[in-house]
This record gives sequence, C-alpha cells and structure tokens, in this order.
Amino acid sequence: MSLLILLKGGRLVDPAQRIDARRDVLLEDGRVAAVGAKLSRRGAQVIDADGLVVCPGFIDLHVHLREPGREDKETIATGTRAAAAGGFTAVCAMPNTSPVNDNSGITRFILDKARSGGAVRVYPIGAITRGSRGEELAEYGDLKDSGCVAVSDDGRPVASARVMRRALEYARAFDLPVVDHCEEPALFERAAMNEGPVATLLGLRGAPAAAESIVVERDIQLAELTAGRLHVAHLSTAAAADAVRRGKARGVRVTAEVTPHHLLLTDQAVKDSDYDASTKMNPPLRSEADRRAVVEALRDGTIDAIATDHAPHTVDDKKVEYEEAAFGVVGLETAVGLCLDRLVGPGLLTLPHLVALLSIRPARAFGLPGGTLAPGSPADVTVLDLDRTRKVEPARFQSKGRNTPFGGWTLKGAAVMTIVAGQVVWQERR
Amino acid sequence: MSGYPHRHLLGIESLQPSEIVTILDTAEGLREILDRPLKKVPALRGKTVVNLFYESSTRTRASFEVAEKVLSADSLSIAAAASSVQKGETLLDTAKNLEAMNPDMIVLRHSAAGAAHFLARHCRAAIVNAGDGAHEHPTQALLDALTLRQRKGRLQGLRVAIVGDLLHSRVARSNIWLLSKMGAKVVLCAPPTLVPPGIDALAPVTHRIDEAVEGADAVMMLRIQRERMTGAYYPSDREYHLRFGLTEARVKKAKKDVLILHPGPMNRGVEIASEVADGPYSVILDQVTNGVAVRMAVLLLLLGGSGGPGDAEHPPAQRASAGSTPARAKDS
Repeated sequence: MSLLILLKGGRLVDPAQRIDARRDVLLEDGRVAAVGAKLSRRGAQVIDADGLVVCPGFIDLHVHLREPGREDKETIATGTRAAAAGGFTAVCAMPNTSPVNDNSGITRFILDKARSGGAVRVYPIGAITRGSRGEELAEYGDLKDSGCVAVSDDGRPVASARVMRRALEYARAFDLPVVDHCEEPALFERAAMNEGPVATLLGLRGAPAAAESIVVERDIQLAELTAGRLHVAHLSTAAAADAVRRGKARGVRVTAEVTPHHLLLTDQAVKDSDYDASTKMNPPLRSEADRRAVVEALRDGTIDAIATDHAPHTVDDKKVEYEEAAFGVVGLETAVGLCLDRLVGPGLLTLPHLVALLSIRPARAFGLPGGTLAPGSPADVTVLDLDRTRKVEPARFQSKGRNTPFGGWTLKGAAVMTIVAGQVVWQERR
Repeated sequence: MSGYPHRHLLGIESLQPSEIVTILDTAEGLREILDRPLKKVPALRGKTVVNLFYESSTRTRASFEVAEKVLSADSLSIAAAASSVQKGETLLDTAKNLEAMNPDMIVLRHSAAGAAHFLARHCRAAIVNAGDGAHEHPTQALLDALTLRQRKGRLQGLRVAIVGDLLHSRVARSNIWLLSKMGAKVVLCAPPTLVPPGIDALAPVTHRIDEAVEGADAVMMLRIQRERMTGAYYPSDREYHLRFGLTEARVKKAKKDVLILHPGPMNRGVEIASEVADGPYSVILDQVTNGVAVRMAVLLLLLGGSGGPGDAEHPPAQRASAGSTPARAKDS
C-alpha cells in the first residue's frame, strides 16, 4: 500500500485553516505533507479529486460499538467499517459495553481490537462511575493513560448532583471532558417517546423536554462551580440549547453535540410510522419547536458537533411492541448524506460550517488530533461528492444494525472516499 | 358490505364518519339475533378467529366470544397467563405460530400501545384491536355510541362529558375521536395530573366536574386505573371522590334524561357513587348487550362472511328488541 497519496484538483474545505478553494493535498507517512495550488510528487499515488470536496476526516464523538459484550449487535470491526463507509475517520466509543469500560483493561481491549480489525481510529470513552452505577468515580488516571479521551455514563444519566460535581472536579486533573446523558430519571420513568400531543394520541408514555433541560442546567452550573469540562451528549430540546448558549456566553467550559435524527425528525415520525421502533431512541424525537431550536443552535454556533449516537441493535431487540423495543438508531452510514441533503442542500448550513461541525469542532471538544489538513496533521481525509445521489438501503449497511428511521430516503451528497493515516479505507465506486 | 373498506380495526382515529355509521347500523341490525330463542346464524361458518388476550378482561373477551359463537365462527381464546407467553415468547412469535393455523382474524388485547398495529404489520390475518395500552379501544367506543344513539336517537349535537382518568384511558381516546367525528360536543374532566398533554386540541378540558356535567346529555365515567399508575396522581380516593367523583347531587346538574356510561369495571365510591352506578339513568348494562352486537358487526364487516343477517337460516324475528332499550330505526 502506497504511503504517498496526492489528492489532486479537489475543492479543499478546511475550516480550521479557513480554506475553501481548489487545492491539492499531499499525504506522506500518515501525515499531511503539503497543501498547495498545484502540487506534484514523484511516486505518489494520484487520486483525481476533480469535482469532489476534500475535507479533514470526520470525527463522530458518540458511537456504540457494542464490543465487548454485545457482538451480536455490532463489533469494533463492523462498526468501524460502517464509520469508514459513512465518511468518518475516527469514532469515540461509548463505555456502556458489557462489562462497562470503567478500567484500563477494557480500554486496552478495545484499542487492541481497533488496531487489529478496525477500519478507522477508535477513541474509547471511559465510564464516569464504576459500572456506570452512578456511585463511585472510575479511575480516570488509568483510563486516560490507557487511551480514553473523555468519560461518560452514556445511556445512564448521572442522577446524583454530588457525583456529577465530583466527576467534573476530579476529571480536571486529567483534562478529561465529562460527557453527560442529561436526563432526570424521575421524569423519564418508563417513557417510550417525547411527552406531548403525539404521545397522547398514541397512548405512549412520554418524557417531557424538561427531563433533559433540568439536568443540562444543573450540569452547566456544576461545570461553572468546578471549572470542569462538560460535554452535553445528544442535545435535543430548545431549553437545553438555550442553557448551553447562556453557559457559553458566561464562559462556562461546555460543549454540546446533536444527532442528525434530532435535527431532521420530530415525534410525529412515531405516529407516521405506525409505532415503528426505528423511531425509538433516547433522548426521544422531540416536538417541531424543539427541532427548530436545535437547528438554530447549530446555526448560531451553540452546538459544537454533529454526532450520530450510532446505536446498533438486533432485529429481535426492535421487532417487538414499541414500549418493549430497545432505544437507539444506527447513524454512521446515513449522517453525512442526511446533513448534506437536508442541512446544506436547503441552505441551513454552509458546507464549511457542516465540515467544521464534523471535524475541527468535535476534535477541539475532546482534544483529539486531526480535524484539519494543515501540514503535519494526521492524514485523515473524507472526500465528498456533492452530486452523488444515494438511496438509504439498510440491508446494504456495513453495520450489523439495520435500525434506522431513514430507510428509503434519497439523499443528494455522499462521502465517497475515506482515508485514515494516509491509507484509503473506503472507496465508493464512481 | 362496502361501507367498511379497511382490512383491520385498529382504532377510531383513522375511520371516516360514514364508516362509523356503517358499523353502528350493522350492529343495530344484528342486535335482534341476540333476542331470538336460537341465537345462532351461520354468517361466519368456516371462519376462524383467535382471541389473544395479554391483559385480563372479563367483559370484552366474553363479548367477543359470544359474538363469534352467534355468528358461527370457530374461535379460540388464549389468555396470556395460560400460554407460552410466560415462557418468554415474543408477541410476534406467538402471533406467527397462531397464524400457522390460518386464522382469519386475531382479536388482540395488549398492555402495549401500538401492539395491534405491530401485528397488522407482520401478520396476514385481519386484526381487531380489543384495547392496546392507553391508545385505543375502538369496539368500546362503538358500543358506547350505539347505546347513546339508541337512547337519544342521534349523536350529532349531544353534549357528552368524559370524566376521570384520561391519562391512562384508551376508552377516552377512542370515544373522543368517535364522538367528535359524529358531531357530538365533548367536554373532558379530570384532575390536571390525569390530563394527557395536548388532549385539549381534541376537546375542551375542565378540572371542575360540576362544569363538565352541567347540561350534559351523557356522562361517561372512566375508571381510575390504579394498576397503571406509579406515584401519586391524586392525594387520596377520598379527595378524588369528593372533587371528581360522580355523585347523585352532581348528576342533577345534567339534563333530566342524562345517561351515565361506564366501561367497567367500576371503582364504586371513587369515580362513581353506587347510587349513580345503579340508578335509573345508568345504561351500564345496556352497554354490555350492545358490546356483543357491535363486535358481531365488526366481525362480519371485516370477515365479509357470506353476508349480513339476512342470510341467516332463520329470518329476523318480527318483533322489536327486548328490554329497556327502545328500538331505533336504522339510518337510511
């Protein structure tokens, strides 16, 4: 495999360098060697990027790779292949595996698997508390040293304000962001969807938007109190977006991510699909007012990253009564197409802004390498074809999970090539 | 039988008013069979119906069973407690296994909202929703409507108060849909903790029962569903009865000829005082009889059968329906 790649003639969109222009990019020994108007290099494998968009490799801050423990849902191999196919060069793996990634042994297992069979970079996220039980803090020093880039009890909110306070405080010693799944359990109890008129008509138990925003407010105040780094996972409500906006304005160290499904769908999808469990996730699809507010928070810079919350499940976990079905949808192989078609297409986001939300800003939120193609950076590249039209066909996913609410959607714009450390790990036939 | 063009009966929400009228008219026509000495017609001979009940139910299940027997369908009833459900079989597997026996219809009662839609998506048989969680209970709304129509001669313009645990009630949802579609004026009443958000888009809500009952042609009382409640939605049965219960004094605020309906089973002394439940304006037992007729109509309309009651071996008896229920001319 050539270690010298020259991407020629593409439109380089690299927000960190404020570049949106026709540029060649030379990759050498896993790094970006040069960026220039007309580069040439003897011995380089030339990739014709004419008509394509060359971007810093996309980073997904929030995926569930399910290994160890639920290899029937996904493995590090299949999950990272899904990432590569979807245009992501790096993914952050949530710790709610079985056992929970709350110690360096599990972290090293994940990294070993990623090295031997992973298609893209994997950054493990360690647990906030042992077993994600919300009681005693996990050993952040060990987790950091063995490769964790953040801590989270994702899937389970940190119910105790005291524990959250200690986590934000203690994580400062290792400069780890604390990623919270913000949800007040007493308000969420047994909910299957968003509380509101649609849940009422469907007769499903709903969780109010306040279940999220109460905890976002709490966490921001705790981050302010402790000077800790807070990252709000999968933000989904207007009130939470507003809390983050106000927090940032007064200098709190808070970042936030949003998923494509919360940007594009509302709880009406549950009704329109006649209780199809591929519309069930946590946080649930919200009201149209919430959806619009979250899009606005993306546009005004309040939200730092688009992350998928890729949550693969087996058919058996989903093909049951709605209330019984597992929470979560897959997202790695649909995110880029959805964002290009539904956010950039109609002009809600500029292309450079979208690229920033998928590269430099998530990289900065978690302090990850990459996010830019400045010389010396990792040679992680995502190549887009803005004219490529593709139909979402779950049966053809690389992921083991087929649980998407976007099956059958036709999307214009797609990731067509993914390069990690100077190696092409995914290429779409043209 | 082209007045009902659907394959299933999953809820009232998706029905057109004309389809509701078709079901009610059909039920009205079939009701008389129940008064014959020989209560059996061969309309659904050779059709198989499975009653799959995942929740305990006395009257709904019995009502479907009687309707099936009267129409000569072959039926079997499966209670979740007595089936492989306890061994951990999924709803879909159970349904698929039953389907291997080629039933024409599955009547499903389930605690999960959307369970009937789920079966409709994955099974070939016609699905009748006999109550799914807090979503819908269409045959209950239909039998309530039949009862009201018999007694009042119409649904259009009736003022109907629906009082009680709206939050957990599938009966309320189906009735709100049906009555609004048929032009009745619905008023909802419950303590704020038992009002599901957004329901006021369908009908006005009050928290004062006296206001709701004032001038009502009918009051539908809903059961407090303690088994679905976690935590306190109201402080005590005592306070509930005092503030939201239907007492004789409150009934007096309604129209003189008010009808009191309750889908049962009742919590006497909580949502309804015994004097009211057993009082002269109570049509609670009429509802039970009409339940059989409505379910016969649904079976017949969905399974097509060999036709309506006119195809019966014994022509309809030349007498009015018995009992306290005056017969009502069918809508033309």
